Amino acid sequence: MTSTAVAPTPAPPRRAATARRTRRDWRGWLFVAPFMLVFALTFLAPIGYAFVLSLFREQAFFGGTTFVGVDNYAQVLADPKFWDAFQRVLVFLAVQVPIMLVLALIAALAIDSARLHAAGFFRVVIFLPYAVPAVVAALMWGFLYGDHFGLAADLNHLLGRDVVKPLSDNWMLASIGNVVTWEFAGYNMLIFYSALKVIPKEQFEAAAIDGAGAFRTILSVKLPALRGAIVIATIFSIIGSFQLFNEPNIMRTLAPNVIGTFYTPNMYAYNLSFGAQQYNYSATVAIVMGVITAIIAYVVQLRGSRKGM
Amino acid sequence: MATFSVTRPRKSRVLTAVMALYLIYTLVPLVWLVINATKTQPTLFTTSGLAFGGPFALFDNIGETFTYDNGIFLRWLGNTLLYVVAGAGGATVLATAAGYGLAKYRFPGRRAVFAVVLGAVAVPGTALAVPTFLMFSELGLTNTPLAIIIPSLISPFGLYLIWVYAADAIPDELLEAARIDGAGEIRIFLTVTLRQLAPGIVTVALFTVVSTWNNYFLPLIMLSEPKWYPLTVGLNQWSAQASGAGAQPVYHLVLTGSLLTIVPLVIAFLLMQRYWQSGLSAGSVKQ
Repeated sequence: MTSTAVAPTPAPPRRAATARRTRRDWRGWLFVAPFMLVFALTFLAPIGYAFVLSLFREQAFFGGTTFVGVDNYAQVLADPKFWDAFQRVLVFLAVQVPIMLVLALIAALAIDSARLHAAGFFRVVIFLPYAVPAVVAALMWGFLYGDHFGLAADLNHLLGRDVVKPLSDNWMLASIGNVVTWEFAGYNMLIFYSALKVIPKEQFEAAAIDGAGAFRTILSVKLPALRGAIVIATIFSIIGSFQLFNEPNIMRTLAPNVIGTFYTPNMYAYNLSFGAQQYNYSATVAIVMGVITAIIAYVVQLRGSRKGM
Repeated sequence: MATFSVTRPRKSRVLTAVMALYLIYTLVPLVWLVINATKTQPTLFTTSGLAFGGPFALFDNIGETFTYDNGIFLRWLGNTLLYVVAGAGGATVLATAAGYGLAKYRFPGRRAVFAVVLGAVAVPGTALAVPTFLMFSELGLTNTPLAIIIPSLISPFGLYLIWVYAADAIPDELLEAARIDGAGEIRIFLTVTLRQLAPGIVTVALFTVVSTWNNYFLPLIMLSEPKWYPLTVGLNQWSAQASGAGAQPVYHLVLTGSLLTIVPLVIAFLLMQRYWQSGLSAGSVKQ
C-alpha cells in the first residue's frame, strides 16, 4: 500500500526468446507464491470486501445493514460533496502535474547534458525531498506559509501589505500543489534521468553525423526515448492527484476553515468512515474513485504507447 | 548538448545558474528546518525564519524531544524501525523472489499473475486503505503492528524492478550450469541469484524503506493508540496539539522531531547513491 508515485506498470520481459528456452514447469510458483499470497490479502481481498460493502447500507434505527444493490453508487453520482471534491482534484491534476513533470524533465535533461557544473551534486540534492515524509514536508511548508514565523510573513512585512496569503481560500490549492511539486519533481527527474542514461550511444552519433544540434537532439532523440518513462510518470502522478490526502489533511490544522472534510475525494472517504461511521458509503466512494482512476490511467497508457509507434 | 557528440560540450554557466535557482527552491525548506530546530520555543516567534537568532538550543531541543511525554518519541522511533525492518525487509524479500520467478521460469499461470498485479496496481492504494482497515478490523488486526507490516509487504514497483533486472542480469546459462552441478532451485537462488541481483535488491530495499518510513495514511487509520504510532503520525499529533484549542505549544519539538525523522533517510540516500542509482538505471524504465 505504497502512497503516491512508485510502481510503474510491469511490462513483459523484453527477452521473450530467452524465457521461452527455460523449461516450462511449476517451480516458478515456489518463488512467486509468497508474494501472491500476501498480495491477495492486501490487494484483492480489500477490493472484493469494498465491493461487497458498497452493496449494503446501514440501518438508521435498528442497527445492522440491508442489501441496497446499486443505490449507494447512485447516491455518490448525485452527491454534490463528492463532485465538489472531485472537481478540486481535477483542477489540481490539470495544473500541478504538467508543471511538476516539465520541471522534472528540464532538470533531467540539464543534468544529463554534460554542460552543467557539478551535475552529480544537482542530481542528488534535487532528489532529496523524496526522502522527506509528506508529514514533514507539509509541516515545513505550512510553517513557511504561515504568518507567524514564515516566509509569507517576512514577504508581507517587506511589502508593507498583506499580499501573500498562501493559506487563504484562493491560494490554498496552489499552496498544496507547491508542496507536492517540491516532494515529487526530484523523484520524477530521477526516473527520466535513468531513462536518458540507457539511450544507445549510436543514436547520438547518428544525430551528430546528421548535423543535429543540442535542441534538435533533444527533440528527435531524447524525448522519443523518454516516452515510456513520461507515460509511467504521468499515470502515477494522476493516481497520486486523485489520492490526494496527506498534504491537505496535515495543512487542515493550519487552515481548518479553508480545508473542509471533503476537500478531496479521499479525505471525503476517510471522514465518512472515521468521522461519520458511514463505512458502506465510504467504500462506495473509494470504488468510484478507483474506477475513474483506472479508466483515466488506462486511456493515458493507451494514447501514450500508440502515438508514433 | 548530447553527451556523445563528437566535440565535447563546454560547461554552461547560464544553465548552471538556472539550475541553481531550482536547487535553492529544493533547499529552502530544509535549510529553514535546520535553522529553526536550533531555536527555543519563544525565539521561534521573535526571530526571522531564515536567520539564526537567540541561544543555540539544538541539543537542548533534541534532549527534550526524546524525553517529552515520558520519551514517547523514542517509542515512535522504535515503532518506525520495527515497521521498516519487518515491512520493507519483507517487501524486498518477496519482490526479489517473485521478480526472479517471473523472469526466469515459464510456469502455468504466469500470465495471470502479470494481469492480476497490473490490474490491481491501477486501483489507487489509498482508496484501498479504508476497505483494508474495515477488513483488518474484522480480523482483529487493527491497532497492532501487523496492521502496518502486512500491507507494507507488497511492493509492485519492487516486483517490476527485480523482474526487469533479473531478465537482464542473470544469464540462463548460469542457472543451467548450476543445475548440471546438481544444485536445487532454492540453493541456486540463494547462492547464484542473490549475488547477481545485488544492485537491484539494494535499490528496491531503499525505496521500500523510504515508503515505509514515510508512511502516514495507513498508520493514521489503522492505529488508535499513540504507543503504536510511527514517527510520522506522532509528529502530526504534536503539531495538532501545538495549534489546537487549549494548545500546548511544542513547535520546537515538532521541528526538531521532523529533523530527526529525515536525517537517517538522507544519510542512507547519500551513502548508497552510487549503488541505487546504478540499480535504477539498469532496470527500471527501459522500454
